[in-house]
Amino acid sequence: MTETHYQGKLHHLQKELMSEYYAALTASANGSGVPAAYLLIGGNPVELLRAFDILPVFPEVNALQLAVRKQSLPFIQSAEFMGYSSDNCAYVKADIGMYFGGRQTPFATIPEPSLLLCNYVGCNVYLDWFGHLAEFTGQSAFQLDIPFIRSASGKPSKEDIEYVLRQLHHLIGRCEEITGRKLDEEKLREAVRLSSLTGDLWAKIKHLTKRTPAPYDAYFDSVTMMAPLYCLRGTPQGLEFFETAYAELLAKAEAGIGPLEKERFRYVIEGPPPWPHLRAFRDMFSRWDAVAVASTYSTVGGLWEFGFTHDPDHPLESIARHLLEWNLTNRNFLQRYEQIERYLEEWNANALIIHSVKSCRLFSAGQGDMREYFTKRGVPTLLVESDLEDPRYFSEAQMRNRIDAFFESIAHRPIREGVTA
Amino acid sequence: MKYAAGIDVGSTQTKCIIIDENKQIVARALTDTGANITRAGERGYEAVLAAGGIAREDVLCVVGTGYGRFKVSFGDLQITEITCHAKGASMLFPDTSTVIDMGGQDAKGISVQNGEVVDFVMNDKCAAGTGRFLSTAAETLGLALDEIGAISLKARNPVRLSTVCTVFVESDIMSYVAQGKKTEDILGGIHSAIAARTIALVRRVGLKPNYTFTGGVSLNVGMVKMLEEKLGAPLNVSPDSHYMGAIGAAVFALEHAMSTAAAS
Repeated sequence: MTETHYQGKLHHLQKELMSEYYAALTASANGSGVPAAYLLIGGNPVELLRAFDILPVFPEVNALQLAVRKQSLPFIQSAEFMGYSSDNCAYVKADIGMYFGGRQTPFATIPEPSLLLCNYVGCNVYLDWFGHLAEFTGQSAFQLDIPFIRSASGKPSKEDIEYVLRQLHHLIGRCEEITGRKLDEEKLREAVRLSSLTGDLWAKIKHLTKRTPAPYDAYFDSVTMMAPLYCLRGTPQGLEFFETAYAELLAKAEAGIGPLEKERFRYVIEGPPPWPHLRAFRDMFSRWDAVAVASTYSTVGGLWEFGFTHDPDHPLESIARHLLEWNLTNRNFLQRYEQIERYLEEWNANALIIHSVKSCRLFSAGQGDMREYFTKRGVPTLLVESDLEDPRYFSEAQMRNRIDAFFESIAHRPIREGVTA
Repeated sequence: MKYAAGIDVGSTQTKCIIIDENKQIVARALTDTGANITRAGERGYEAVLAAGGIAREDVLCVVGTGYGRFKVSFGDLQITEITCHAKGASMLFPDTSTVIDMGGQDAKGISVQNGEVVDFVMNDKCAAGTGRFLSTAAETLGLALDEIGAISLKARNPVRLSTVCTVFVESDIMSYVAQGKKTEDILGGIHSAIAARTIALVRRVGLKPNYTFTGGVSLNVGMVKMLEEKLGAPLNVSPDSHYMGAIGAAVFALEHAMSTAAAS
């Protein structure tokens, strides 16, 4: 293995800023008076919350943080004891288990919500998740009904945008009730302006992995940047983080430094990581000198690298477009294919890995067809399966066997090229 | 004469092969893997050296494969059994396009071109279609594993199984026994169900003749016939098909030894 394990400024700043964010959550839980809203990652409209000084809380981020710290299983089991099925989404179970465990995590005490904002309704599990939270917390859930992209052009209709805008106005009304004050339009514009600058930097960071070697791993290192992208976007701290990250990664790109000493394979990866086994999963690729140059997972919250930017002159409309058009979860399958095709071509990748997760049937359904689609086009494609939250679904020996065999197969005559794994 | 060795430490058995410089198999050894995987590799290697009367220093290179490949600590390289089965199948049957491998816990389909893996698919966390399924069925019927294939060939009215689950098949079998169904018809149904499931798996990499059947289950004549019937094509089966992973590993070992010698 030849991984360099660098810990640059961006890692330290991420830890510092995320600690501050979690401290704010704990303070809210302890009665600081700052209201908290639970919302989902897909196209999250965090800017609107900033305008009201409402703290965004992402149950998905909390669940994955538990999983990374290998703390998710007791919460999952406690939800299963309550009656949640073993087939149910493990993010939901970890979150519900944690809620009834007193909202205590190793990184924060999660505050009770003043608002339950279900901003992505394409997944019926999300609807039920927030429905259950409504029952448990006594707060009613605000369902933002975001129509799926249905057109061949991949664009939302004028009516779709108007429909979402009307709902955003209702949401503003709800935020006004919670905070007891009117929307400060200037504050909203400022949050959107900060998001616009942040998104532009994130897009530039994404394009850096077109270089050879890629200066960072667009899957395993991108996740370090995704938490600030959601939890801190629309704030000066979020912008500061991405300025630092871009400067550091650009310098690495200019110096020809990558995350591995040698970059032998460049792959695109689809699907969320197996959070409880992140290190082991990463090692399975590193030992083949394989670097992810693009990942669809890092576009779940927003797809900035293909031209989206928030518009401070049209703040609500750009939030609506973000929710409708510019995030992976709301895109149709053909758009997902097109996104991967662009990565393969423009990011110069030679393989596709699909990590299918048992928790997420909505997102994983169709990945068998996706594998066939790309295999037929001559792209070496591997489909592996585990889970993003439940550590019990990860079989290290089986996973490693498949990944090793896959790279052996694309290494072409491995022995003659001296591949020794 | 110099030699190369392949050691396939599988979930149930460890298969070892030694080939000479002309890629001719000169020794084989089959041992139970057991709980100590490290020891299984060593024990298998000692057995194959003894079987061939070959001195350790005459073996130029050793390649480990199978789930226990990383425990073959004395090996020079580790290569997955998927790549090794493709290599071994292509050595014995050079026209091989598809390898169907049924082992103790794995069922695999491997699409092959010129001895190299183009694509592969494996069962995932489910033992249906593997040797373990057949051994459960044999145990339930009170038969030895190596006799059920021949008995299944006598089936005239094979039963239809309601499950291909290795756990639940037992109650399915007992139900047919209670109904007075003939043993050969129950076994005919079992072989038919497993062959259909395996073909459905292999279809994902494309069903392209010429087929080579590998793994321990390839010794089962009933399974060979059932797969051939359902595929509508003959299968290449060698008496050494069980050793195919180890054969492939030995070929890789020989190629590695030759390329290393050429480089120096």
